[in-house]
Amino acid sequence: MMYKVLKNKKLNDSSYLMVVEAPFVVKKCLPGQFVIVMSSEDSERIPLTIYDFDREKDLVYLIYQVVGASTLELSMVKDSLFSIAGPLGNPNEICLEPEKYKDKRICYVAGGVGIAPVYPQVKYLKEHGINVDVIYGARDASLFLIRKEIEAVASKIRYATDDGSFGTKGRVTDILEKYINDYDIVVAIGPVIMMKSVCELTKQYNIKTIVSMNPIMVDGSGMCGACRCMVDGKPKFACIHGPEFDGAKVDFDLVMKRLKTYSDIEKEKFEEMKKLLTKEEK
Amino acid sequence: MKDEKVKVRVQHPSERVNNFSEVELGYDDEEALREANRCLQCQNPRCVKGCPVNIMIPEFIKAIRDKDLKKAYEVISKSSSLPAVCGRVCPQEKQCEAMCIKGFKSDAIAIGSLERYVADYALKNELLSTVKKEANGYKVAIVGSGPSGLTCAGDLAKEGFDVTIFEVLHKAGGVLTYGIPEFRLPKSIVLKEVEGLEKLGVKINLDVPIGNSLTISDLQKEYDFVFLGTGAGLPRFMGIEGEDSNGVFSANEILTRINLMGAYKNDSKTPIVKAKKAYVIGGGNVAMDAVRSLKRLGVDAHIMYRRSIEELPARKMEVEHAKEEGIVFDLLQNPVKILADEDNNVCGMEVVNMILGDAGEDGRRSVTEDENSKHVVDCDMVVMALGTSPNHEALKHSDIKLSDKGLIVVDDGMTSLDNVYAGGDCVSGAATVILAMEAGKKAALEIINKVNKAQ
Repeated sequence: MMYKVLKNKKLNDSSYLMVVEAPFVVKKCLPGQFVIVMSSEDSERIPLTIYDFDREKDLVYLIYQVVGASTLELSMVKDSLFSIAGPLGNPNEICLEPEKYKDKRICYVAGGVGIAPVYPQVKYLKEHGINVDVIYGARDASLFLIRKEIEAVASKIRYATDDGSFGTKGRVTDILEKYINDYDIVVAIGPVIMMKSVCELTKQYNIKTIVSMNPIMVDGSGMCGACRCMVDGKPKFACIHGPEFDGAKVDFDLVMKRLKTYSDIEKEKFEEMKKLLTKEEK
Repeated sequence: MKDEKVKVRVQHPSERVNNFSEVELGYDDEEALREANRCLQCQNPRCVKGCPVNIMIPEFIKAIRDKDLKKAYEVISKSSSLPAVCGRVCPQEKQCEAMCIKGFKSDAIAIGSLERYVADYALKNELLSTVKKEANGYKVAIVGSGPSGLTCAGDLAKEGFDVTIFEVLHKAGGVLTYGIPEFRLPKSIVLKEVEGLEKLGVKINLDVPIGNSLTISDLQKEYDFVFLGTGAGLPRFMGIEGEDSNGVFSANEILTRINLMGAYKNDSKTPIVKAKKAYVIGGGNVAMDAVRSLKRLGVDAHIMYRRSIEELPARKMEVEHAKEEGIVFDLLQNPVKILADEDNNVCGMEVVNMILGDAGEDGRRSVTEDENSKHVVDCDMVVMALGTSPNHEALKHSDIKLSDKGLIVVDDGMTSLDNVYAGGDCVSGAATVILAMEAGKKAALEIINKVNKAQ
């Protein structure tokens, strides 16, 4: 199958926005769900959380970061994508039943490209009468994405950078800790290490925290079990039982270790491909 | 002299462990004729009863003798939709060939090899039937493009139904595509079967997760009938310590990476972990497929099975081929713990010997652990091939009736939902390609009968 790509544009040094026509994905997708894309027939299957969607125009919006050979290949896609399967996984539990959360004070914590899955949830909740705050962290000011978009839907947004080039100097957890008493629920999406730190903090205050896992995945439909994470001591498949879990129950250290399964091979492939590209440019 | 069957030529083991090309080369015309001539053409053929779809075996063998392969193909096609597949993957030694009267005194007729011979001739000469009846105006949605779905789709399309298949992966074929390796079932054959369906007018929508995208009730609104052939489901793990180490995989994952994603090719973009020594835990066909695939990637590949060689559930031919290829069978043993280093990488297994007991109600012999036999084996990969548990993703937002085991309950092929049929592994639990095909066929027939009655 081939899907029309309307846009595949660079947002900053490493992140891209892709807009794809995908009627079967758009029909019922909700914030929190993801898709699996393939650049071409022999490409890897890459899971990406849905950033936005337009049901009338059948469009799915994706934001991704180039971190290896396969995402580099994706960044070079021009007019058509070979495959986009979805929606996969379960919607965010708050978005699924917003009326249940009307009286809750909710804070979203996003790290880096984690703002992409956070944005549709914040937007959806606003549309359903729930205003939430956002804490958004990045290494430096140049790495913030979709600031205008998120500011338009967040009730209050606070920024943090490691080097202090924008917002508070420090980590997202520094800000969260300062305002921790303002919240009943936290949703944290970003690097595993960030989600782990957020959960360590919220655990002390007994605040329910939802995290979104992005482990190694192949089919995305429950068939292979590559994406299993230990949640509450039991193996759960991120693709069909998740991708969102109760952060207090996730074994983050294990997730980080498992993410390294192919790191050597992936590094090699990335370097090879970059070399190939520079050669071609010359 | 014993009346032996004509042996199928195979790639030499020392050669084939270095490639993923098909192991069995199949009969040539002369060999097929010679084997066909061994058939006694019984008046009351037992082999037909042994075949789950009751192919008129003596009749197609007679056509081979008459050198009328077109007719032989037509005879098989009346009962089977995927002969090139079933000739290769059916456990014939437990079905048709087990019933063959010749088998009592000498070798049974090599029915599977003859079926494959006829089917390959048909594929090569494009004899696939594209004849279909006039459109009858009924629309059918098929969920899943594995053996049951493909069969159901083909049978209905030939009867004039407007058929649409929904498949979640980017390629059609289900287990035939992601599961069974190239060396046992070349993907070009699966592709030809799928193309045959498309020629019949069957539409295939890839990349669609039914349940999350359209639901069953959406399909019921848009289609007159729905058939669910969603397959076996989630891979099982043992629940032992260390199972979450890097280097522990389900057989499904290893096979999907290799077959669906082509990870065995040097230039593959989907990686596979390069192991030195791997244990595949289990003794079924999936275990054999996984262990033989790993062998071909240069791994010292072992099977670990808790019962003995007699109880191995895999197809006999696969076990023989595996042995020829140098697969080590560590029988009457079971892992109790997987050992990992500080980086979480597998570095060994704690294993216990097993003692066979009497056969239980299900006819399988019980096993108990010999607690004093604990020992450690070295390895850097462990692959679990322990069967599956049902996957209900496609059933989301429906109240379809399930059994205690979580399987879809059917009555004459129909589920508890009106005009929604189901068949294959999602109904029976993990079984064989031929049984899934039979279920797809049966559901198609039920749907056809229902429509005929209404007219």
